[in-house]
Amino acid sequence: MTESLPASILSAFAAIGRPAIAMFAMIGRIAVFAFTALVRAVTPPFYPARFGTQLMEIGWYSLPVVGLTAIFTGSALAQQIYTGGSRFDASATVPAIVVFGMVRELGPVLVGLMVAGRVASAMAAELGTMRVTEQLDALTTLRTDAFRYLIVPRMAASVIALPIMVLIANSIGIMGGFLLAIYKLGFNPASYLATTRKFLQSDDIWMAVVKAAVFGFIIGLMGCYNGSRTSGGAAGVGKATTDAVVSAFILILFSDLLITILALK
Amino acid sequence: MMAVAKGTPKIKLTEVVKRFGDNSVLDGVNLSVEPGESVAIIGGSGTGKSVTLKCILGLLTPDSGSVTVDGEEVVGARSREMSRIRTKFGMLFQGGALFDSMPVWRNVTFGLTQGRMTDAAHMRRVAEENLERVGLSRDILNLRPNELSGGMQKRVALARAIAPRPEIIFFDEPTTGLDPIRADMINDLITSLVEDLGVTALTITHDMVSARKIANRVAMLYNGRIIWHGPRDRLYDSGNPYVDQFVQGRADGPIR
Ligand SMILES: Nc1ncnc2c1ncn2[C@@H]1O[C@H](COP(=O)(O)OP(=O)(O)OP(=O)(O)O)[C@@H](O)[C@H]1O
Ligand SMILES: [Mg+2]
Repeated sequence: MTESLPASILSAFAAIGRPAIAMFAMIGRIAVFAFTALVRAVTPPFYPARFGTQLMEIGWYSLPVVGLTAIFTGSALAQQIYTGGSRFDASATVPAIVVFGMVRELGPVLVGLMVAGRVASAMAAELGTMRVTEQLDALTTLRTDAFRYLIVPRMAASVIALPIMVLIANSIGIMGGFLLAIYKLGFNPASYLATTRKFLQSDDIWMAVVKAAVFGFIIGLMGCYNGSRTSGGAAGVGKATTDAVVSAFILILFSDLLITILALK
Repeated sequence: MMAVAKGTPKIKLTEVVKRFGDNSVLDGVNLSVEPGESVAIIGGSGTGKSVTLKCILGLLTPDSGSVTVDGEEVVGARSREMSRIRTKFGMLFQGGALFDSMPVWRNVTFGLTQGRMTDAAHMRRVAEENLERVGLSRDILNLRPNELSGGMQKRVALARAIAPRPEIIFFDEPTTGLDPIRADMINDLITSLVEDLGVTALTITHDMVSARKIANRVAMLYNGRIIWHGPRDRLYDSGNPYVDQFVQGRADGPIR
């Protein structure tokens, strides 16, 4: 008994310690990966055509799903506030909270999550397949840096595309709330728009843009990191894809909280 | 170009060790390839032949030992040095490793364009010439790799490896999956690259006919080491029981 207690305490520490060490090692690897991407992004050779292709892939082709998400959410938000907040002056609170809610929080987060689901998974699957079929090795033997050719264009396009999409989603979301308020709740269009304009602050728009850029970085990083580390055939590609999406989701929600707290204190 | 001292081997591996976790694959490989020489590596499946090539190319890092190319150390080389050394190499991967998002002609010319959209008309002509050397017609220029048969993919990959005219070429099972006539055509191609263009070649093969035809020297990898090497004429009277069993394809013998 006298000896089993310290031993069990030690093994408890070991049980906590091993995953902790593994986690720090992983964070270290991701940091090195991100740093390498940043350095290679600013040193030649550059691949503008690859960047353009990725911008289309990540931005343009995500617009339908992002637009639908925004219009549904904006309208639902208006209805919720109207019903939940009717004790107060609805004509002021509905447009105000639709603007706050969409611009500060729902626009960036929903776009981030939608694009993460669509794009981080695609990046991980594509790079993962290239890894397991030795296409990444082939690229190296053909004197092409996989970081500059494949990863930098994806990460850069994702950082650039997300803010643009969030601005579009916010506009569509606010419009969704407006349409519902006008046609279903019988608001006055002119005064709704006037209130909307009053509560649309440039600080909030900036916050949305910053969040979106951070989310874009997370999406590109998680997609490319998990994809390029894939091992073990088709099952490995599946696992990389899942890891990319799940880790992007968690990091997006966590960094959203962090930025919100830091910005609003 | 750096001057290379006379008598320096093109490629030299000294006591190369490579493990994957508990799986010890290479356990002290020693091999030297002279400039303009063609060496074939034979050995059982999973003995580490492909791993050996990847260690030379710096795609895998040996746990210990030394690999030199023209006298320059590869193990631990900085990435800039490594990419300069890699310009000497062409590599045919065992699985082809064609870029499946690109048409055949862009695959074949990738070593020249590095993925840039330079002068498409010229590049298509270059691709056509190189495809011709591996016995493929220009009809497939615009196809994607997944629209080709396995043997055609292998030959497109071969065309991609030789297109930049490297001074050293690695062939990982160049004739596997080809019919006997096509296989012999590839043997002739490798022979002519070595004899006419002075290329240094290192070929992995399970095809003894091919090994005897293309190689000046054959080396056998077994249990993580080169257990025998000698001129191709000695392949069938090596006096080594492992080599004898392997080249005769017998199930009974020292190799299990
Ligand atoms: N990236 C890797 N990670 C882990 N193990 C690996 C890796 N690459 C190769 N191995 C292991 O190394 C060993 C040798 O593999 P290698 O591909 O070199 O065999 P080979 O001699 O080329 O066989 P074959 O003739 O079948 O192609 C195998 O046991 C394989 O499982
Ligand atoms: Mg192999």
